[in-house]
Amino acid sequence: MQKYSGFGLFKHSLNHHEDWQRAWRNPTPKKKYDVIIVGGGGHGLATAYYLAKQFGVTNVAVIEKGYLGGGNTARNTTIVRSNYLWDEAAHLYEHAMKLWEGLSQDLNYNVMFSQRGVLNLGHTLQDMRDIERRVNANRLNGVDGEVLDPKQIKEIVPHMDCSENTRYPIMGASWQPRGGVARHDAVAWGFARGADMHGVDLIQQTEVTDLIIEDGTITGVKTNRYGEIKADRVGCVVAGNSGVLAKMAGFELPLESHPLQALVSEPIKPILDTVVMSNHVHGYVSQSDKGDLVIGAGIDGYNGYGQRGSFPTIEHTVQAIVELFPIFSRVRMNRQWGGIVDTCPDACPIISETPVKNLFFNCGWGTGGFKATPGSGNVFAASLAKGEMHELAKPFSMFRFHNGALIDEHGAAGVAH
Amino acid sequence: MTQKNRLQSGGRIDRSKPLTFTYNGKQYKGYQGDTLASAMLANGIDVIGRSFKYSRPRGIIAAGAEEPNAIMQLGATEATQVPNVRATQQELFNGLVSGATNGWPSVDTDVMGVLGKVGGNMMPPGFYYKTFMYPQSMWDTYESIIRKAAGLGRSPLENDPDMYDKVNQHCDVLVVGAGPAGLAAALTAARSGARVIIADEQSEFGGSLLSSKETLNGAPASEWVSFVVDELRGYDDVMMLPRSTVNGYHDHNFLTIHERRTDHIADRAPDGQVRQRMHRVRAKWVVLATGAHERPLVFANNDVPGCMVANAVSTYITRYGVVPGNDLVLMTTNDSGYQAALDWHDAGRRVAAVVDTRKNPSGDRVDAARKRGLNLITGSAVIEVQGSKRVSGVSVAPISADGKSVAGSVTKISADTVASSGGWSPVIHLSCHTGSRPVWNEEVVGFLPGPTVQKQLTAGAINGSYSTSKALAEGQQAALDAIAALGMKAAEVVLPQAVEVNEGQPMTLFHIPHLKSTAKAPKQFVDYQNDVTAAGIELACREGYESIEHVKRYTAMGFGTDQGKLGNINGMAVAASALNKTIPETGTTIFRPNYTPVTFGAIAGRDCGELFDPKRYTAMHKWHVENGAKFEDVGQWKRPWYFPKAGESMQDALNRECKATRESVGILDASTLGKIDIQGKDAREFLGRVYTNAWAKLAVGKCRYGLMCGEDGMVFDDGVTSCLGENHFVMTTTSGGAARVYEWLELYHQTEWPEMEVYFNTVTDHWATMTISGPNSRKLLQELTDYDVSKENLGFMDWREMQVAGVPARVFRISFTGELSFEINVQANYGLHVWEKLFEHGAKYNLTPYGTETMHILRAEKGFIIAGQDTDGSVHPYDLGMGWCVSPNKPFSFIGKRGMAREDCVRPNRKQLVGLKTLDPNVVLPEGAQGVLDPNAPIPMPMVGHITSSYWSANLGRSIAMGFVKGGLDKMGEKVFYPLADGRVIEAEICSPIFLDPKGERQNV
Amino acid sequence: MFHIYCPHCGEYREEEEFHAKGQAHIARPLDPEACSDKEWGEYLFFRKNPRGLHHELWVHAAGCRKFFNVTRDTQTYEIKEVYKIGEQPSFVTEE
Repeated sequence: MQKYSGFGLFKHSLNHHEDWQRAWRNPTPKKKYDVIIVGGGGHGLATAYYLAKQFGVTNVAVIEKGYLGGGNTARNTTIVRSNYLWDEAAHLYEHAMKLWEGLSQDLNYNVMFSQRGVLNLGHTLQDMRDIERRVNANRLNGVDGEVLDPKQIKEIVPHMDCSENTRYPIMGASWQPRGGVARHDAVAWGFARGADMHGVDLIQQTEVTDLIIEDGTITGVKTNRYGEIKADRVGCVVAGNSGVLAKMAGFELPLESHPLQALVSEPIKPILDTVVMSNHVHGYVSQSDKGDLVIGAGIDGYNGYGQRGSFPTIEHTVQAIVELFPIFSRVRMNRQWGGIVDTCPDACPIISETPVKNLFFNCGWGTGGFKATPGSGNVFAASLAKGEMHELAKPFSMFRFHNGALIDEHGAAGVAH
Repeated sequence: MTQKNRLQSGGRIDRSKPLTFTYNGKQYKGYQGDTLASAMLANGIDVIGRSFKYSRPRGIIAAGAEEPNAIMQLGATEATQVPNVRATQQELFNGLVSGATNGWPSVDTDVMGVLGKVGGNMMPPGFYYKTFMYPQSMWDTYESIIRKAAGLGRSPLENDPDMYDKVNQHCDVLVVGAGPAGLAAALTAARSGARVIIADEQSEFGGSLLSSKETLNGAPASEWVSFVVDELRGYDDVMMLPRSTVNGYHDHNFLTIHERRTDHIADRAPDGQVRQRMHRVRAKWVVLATGAHERPLVFANNDVPGCMVANAVSTYITRYGVVPGNDLVLMTTNDSGYQAALDWHDAGRRVAAVVDTRKNPSGDRVDAARKRGLNLITGSAVIEVQGSKRVSGVSVAPISADGKSVAGSVTKISADTVASSGGWSPVIHLSCHTGSRPVWNEEVVGFLPGPTVQKQLTAGAINGSYSTSKALAEGQQAALDAIAALGMKAAEVVLPQAVEVNEGQPMTLFHIPHLKSTAKAPKQFVDYQNDVTAAGIELACREGYESIEHVKRYTAMGFGTDQGKLGNINGMAVAASALNKTIPETGTTIFRPNYTPVTFGAIAGRDCGELFDPKRYTAMHKWHVENGAKFEDVGQWKRPWYFPKAGESMQDALNRECKATRESVGILDASTLGKIDIQGKDAREFLGRVYTNAWAKLAVGKCRYGLMCGEDGMVFDDGVTSCLGENHFVMTTTSGGAARVYEWLELYHQTEWPEMEVYFNTVTDHWATMTISGPNSRKLLQELTDYDVSKENLGFMDWREMQVAGVPARVFRISFTGELSFEINVQANYGLHVWEKLFEHGAKYNLTPYGTETMHILRAEKGFIIAGQDTDGSVHPYDLGMGWCVSPNKPFSFIGKRGMAREDCVRPNRKQLVGLKTLDPNVVLPEGAQGVLDPNAPIPMPMVGHITSSYWSANLGRSIAMGFVKGGLDKMGEKVFYPLADGRVIEAEICSPIFLDPKGERQNV
Repeated sequence: MFHIYCPHCGEYREEEEFHAKGQAHIARPLDPEACSDKEWGEYLFFRKNPRGLHHELWVHAAGCRKFFNVTRDTQTYEIKEVYKIGEQPSFVTEE
């Protein structure tokens, strides 16, 4: 196995980089696996990695209909934070945060996790009550955070308009210093390489066309390229396509897939060091290491699988950013794009057993999936390894939508990224 | 300064209008009609920037939107800075100030360039994924260094002085691009009577015809262009938009056009003008006539200044009268590339060699080159360029027939300019924006627009139809197709005759071989702006990044401000070759908006600053302002928050307002409460279904408080509804929830119970509402009305119509303070009058205005909830201790009833709203504080619920709070601890939330 | 941005005037108390979410304030038909 390091890079440079090994193999699948993961996005690859590395289940395949990390992993705005309101969500996202903090070293792949801090701005008295409530809960849950006043905010983000002359003056903010951003593609690739290294077969360009279910128990999947592949357990981590697979398994999910748009400016010299998010003015922005302002807001209201949304959403988002940062008015927007986010009614994911035995689903991350990637994969792997849900995953059962035990992060998250 | 590369004559510049501009602090001259790029080339400026990663010197390579290198900082003042302006698209104006975006201390002597040379080999694609990991603690340091290198230009640090606006447009046909195809389409559509918009990114219409020596009908092509432009100008229904880029094609034929109205005139827009305008266009049909971009070839050191795209060389000579060098070597895979050498030669400068990768080229332009005696080297390629800040020479060698290897000995030729042409890539960007995938066409050697559901037609080079005659014909046909589809009658248009040029078969070649392997050869650039090389792409493929999306993301190819217009196809070709696949097997290339970057200010338009969101004012707003109110934003409303007097702190003011109200009388502007008029014979039944409590027996003249829940049983709004007549009610809602409640009522009526006869109308803005509250409120009201408002005649929870201060009013005897209280509603335009009358008469009672904060305190003293503050969508009425407001025995299963009976909603130990008294009565719990039972428990500490409302109560002389506690309603008298961020732990006792007058004696007088 | 024909106003208007309100034809159970928690939960939260044709509810919020149904392709975003509440669609979605 080749280890990545600065010295390795130097060594390879002497040889004009002609001898780098593949980051992962391109194997032909076996007939049977202990666990099949459907979906090779960040969460699926993380699941495979932890299954093999932490839980010793190495006879694992990841089946991906396109290319690895090609869905929302490649389309999000890369924000990582764990300052969720409810205990269940905070514990899950904080579990992810702790894994983020050593991830580059664990994977030997620099995912460029950059803890430059996340500000969630408040513009009304109720915003400030909600911020106080959330930050207090965070603190007692072991999640870092504090409440800042406009003067403190101005010190962190000197170029933001923190004056009282705006339509909705900034009254304060929550500040999570450990939050930040990461390089989204690298997360998928790092997990892919790590999983492959531990023996996981990554099967790309292969679509699962059906699930093989006998007497209420799943025994494998059918694929378009390799026919039937057997498995003791199957985990579906397919985000916007979850409904399609659930239908194959004969049940419905409380999910709706919406377009979520994002955009970047042209690269400019560093001017914004942290992530700034505002529910009320409705937009968020950070600056990447390349210099792009990475900007987003909320979902489009209709269901859509088109990886694009409506232009007014972009307009409103840009208005919000110009309102917060009037100096960006002459900076230019380079590119916009859209993802398909599978949203749950309570803005929390589903990590769950299903009506089919040995079939598990991990979906419904909505607009908040990227930041959870290692945590989601880790608890899902634990659940798949043991055949029963991990403690942190239990509250996120799909059956909560029957008994009413929702974990409603809407009020607290708003622009939930 | 001399313009050493400027020709004495020719081009579309106006030599009688010289202009001065500044580049990197030095002054230069150009002419009206120049772009910044053409003027820089005229002045012999070679190095215009440093590359992003390796800091290599870079020069201008193209002449239009595809330019990757000439990315400048513009702006004469701090406030007018614009980062990343493409010099090839910026028209020159007098006084223009520009600078390079990279390079320290300057682009010519750049320190980073040395580092790039030494360290460049350490920086293959994805190098940062492989290093900077150890030790973990160093990452912040590593990153801060990486970050220093980030970005091209810089943001201004002062606010934009310019204005932007938006215009909504509708048309029958939107023609995108005003080259031969676009002009033919627009002319045909316009003459047929269609509403036409034609937009082009350039300063004038004509497209490729502006930079060619072609003739139409035997005359210079520009004459036909003028003829068409003049005719189009004569139609009322034709809008012509030069300097306007159609940058996004959205669903249902909605397109955005970014018009730059003043960027060609001055640093900032002249007074009274908008700098840029966004046209939001709904087009019945769209004709894309967007042309094609020429592809440069990929060869060693192909980024040395002096390396250019062949067509750009022609454009600078023909359109701008600038020959960007002295000795040209042209390398081409096709006939069209020859034009650069012909134009160069005709401009009187030396063509050192024409290197054709084909063994036996033939065609009209090849013949023309031979006729001029140009040095034609066939079956060969420029495999490497010499020079650092300017090309000094090239290495030419024969190549194999498949173009994959060098097949002979190297000849060196000295030259200062290398033009290359690898064929053309149709500009299909807009056709991809709505999800259509482009289709590879072997014959065109490029991607063509794929199938689409949009009402989109294409014409000319976008279809791979590169000859002028074909472009004209396709443009006309597209318009005819649109006209037919619109059911209009087509008018006749006779197209001009173009000269047919015979062309030989082009060679499909993208990447020029070198003597060494790609990895070992000097850098062969694919994406200049992101420093992506052929070796980098091969490395990505070798490492398993096999999908073209992986390749792009791993190398950053196509992620620049040019979005890969020059490089993407070449990069795909290199990847395909490395993977032994065809280009379409490697994947397609997808483009997203914007075609070229768009100013944020233009996207925001007027909708920021003052106009970011409407402000809603009540009828009494003027009075509030005059009386020193501090305001609170509630939804879009500006509500008085409190009314401080001189020298008062906020708490002082609140104490005074609270006491005055309970001791005498206070007044609140309650106009913002949502008000919905409900009529119809089923109105009463409807109320019973949407409220949790009973409405069947509410008599005319009576008011009742109600709770609203969703189908999940969770409270989402509340308010008082009054019975105006047997079939007539007026409902009030929270200020922020009014619109939502109104739509919700309509939803149920229209979709679930359309058989019910009931009508809703919002009357929020029709009424001004003022609440007078306190023991003297009755006396005050009585002074302003002849109606007897005594207890006997106007009881608690009654309402009556009466005259107040001489105007008709509805007076509701309801109370949110627990005091004797009257809510006076008058037509909004009488509001201020009545308000002032109340003060005239109220002075003797010390009538005190109060705002939302005092309202909150007074209601909290009574334990009344505020939906949205004491609820959060996760609590049902029983959680709030408001079971008294639920009537489960109503015949109809009201909204929320089933929801609140679900398993989790009836379990024990749910969070319940209670009152909380701090042990120390002087300590006010912060709202949002989280309660725990054991403050010494380890983190994560189990929490039992949070404080929703908390105040200093001047009337009670102590703090009061409301909050959630798990199982709290059964824990009266028990303790909860609130550990705060500052280290304090505040102890409180659970109590009834009704802190004052539990029997309600004060309001029942 | 969609161009939506409001069947009540009788003309095409811009999407900005409308709000999407989710899946159409979800009837409130006539006897909620007879529903199990599972059935009630499904009425509340479980949706078809198809990739392809979808019957959905829209409201002309900044127009006539009427609700109506739309059959729309969630992949291409084409609107195939609009029809009033109580009317049946002519396009059949995959069940």
